[in-house]
Amino acid sequence: MDKPRVKVPQKVKAGEPFEVKVLISHTMESGQRTDEATGQKIPRMIINSFTCKLDGEVVFSATLHPAVSANPYLAFYVVADKSGELEFVWVDDSGDTATATRTIEVT
Amino acid sequence: MRGTVIIVGALGLAMAAAIAPVAEDFGVHAVDGRRSGYTYAAAETRAMQDDEFANPGYIWVEKGAELWQRTGGESGQACASCHQAAADSMRGVGARYPVFAPELGKLINLEQRINQCRSERMNAAPWPWESESLLAMTTYVRHQSRGMPVSPVVDGPAAPFFAAGKTLYHTRRGQLDMACIHCHEMNSGNMLRAQRLSQGMSNGFPTYRLKWQTMGSLHRRIIGCDKDVRAETFAAGADAYVNLELYLAWRARGLPVETPAVRN
Repeated sequence: MDKPRVKVPQKVKAGEPFEVKVLISHTMESGQRTDEATGQKIPRMIINSFTCKLDGEVVFSATLHPAVSANPYLAFYVVADKSGELEFVWVDDSGDTATATRTIEVT
Repeated sequence: MRGTVIIVGALGLAMAAAIAPVAEDFGVHAVDGRRSGYTYAAAETRAMQDDEFANPGYIWVEKGAELWQRTGGESGQACASCHQAAADSMRGVGARYPVFAPELGKLINLEQRINQCRSERMNAAPWPWESESLLAMTTYVRHQSRGMPVSPVVDGPAAPFFAAGKTLYHTRRGQLDMACIHCHEMNSGNMLRAQRLSQGMSNGFPTYRLKWQTMGSLHRRIIGCDKDVRAETFAAGADAYVNLELYLAWRARGLPVETPAVRN
C-alpha cells in the first residue's frame, strides 16, 4: 500500500478532543464488478480495518466494508491526557498493511 | 378575505424572490459569465476540493513530486536534473498548454510534452496514457500553476489548430447528432438526467472524479462525452482532441487553474 496521509495537531491540550484526519490511496475493489474483457468477477480487495492506537492503547478503530469508496478518508476525534505516540494501521484483504506514526505533545 | 389575499400575495413574492435567479458571486471561479465546473459542483464536493488534506487529488500531486526526482531510462536523469525545482520552472506552464510545437508542426499538450521529455531526453519509455505515473506527473506539473489564469496562445502558428478545435466543438457527432455546444453552452445549468450540465470548462484537469474514484485526464473526460452522444471516439492523445483541448482552454481563459479539482 502507498504511504498514507495523516494530519494531527502537534500540540494538544490535556483532556481536550482534537481532530485526526487520515487518507490512504487504495482501489477498494468491491468484489461485485465484472471484468468486461474476461467476464470474470474481479476479486474483492478492500482495506477492511483501520486502527489508531495511543501508546499501544486502541483509541479508535473502524471496520470497512465494500461500499466504501476508493482512497478512504477518515476523520475522528481523540482525547489524550499525556504526550505520546499515535500509531495508525490499515489492513487490506491481502493482509498487506500500511502504518504511520505521529508524536503528539500534550500541554 | 382581503387580508388573506394580501398574505398569499406576499408569500408569492417571497417565493418568487427565492426562485428567481440571483446573480451569485462565484469569486475567482467565474470570469465574464464563464463559470468553472466548481460553481456547478455540490457544496460537499467544493469543500473536498478546497481542503488540501481531504482532496484525494493531492495523492497524485505527491506521487508526481516523487517521480519528479526519480531518475529513469538510460540517461540516468530525472525531471529535476534539467528543470530543478518544479515550483519555479513549471509555474505557469499548466496555464498555457497545449502549445504549438515547431519540431512536430502541430500542437502538443502537457501529457505529450512529458512523454517527449522522457523519450528524447531521458531515453526512458513513455508512460501509457491514463497510467498512474503520467497522471501523477501531469497533475504535479499543472498544480504548479494552481490559481493562475488559464491563458493559452491561440494565434500565430496555433491558429489553424485552434480553428480545427473550434470546428470540432461545433460539429454534430454520433447517433444522437449532438455537438459539445448543445450541452455546454445552450444547456449549461440545465439538468441532464440527474446531473447538472456545466459549461465544460477544462481548468481543473486532471480532475479527481468521484464517479471514477480516481484521477482522470481531460481526454478521458472528452471520450466519456463522445460515448454519451454515441459517437466514435478518438484515441486519447489524438490530434483532434489536442486541438479541441486548445479551444477548451480558450473558452476557460481567465479562470484559475484548479488542478487537482474534484468533480462528481
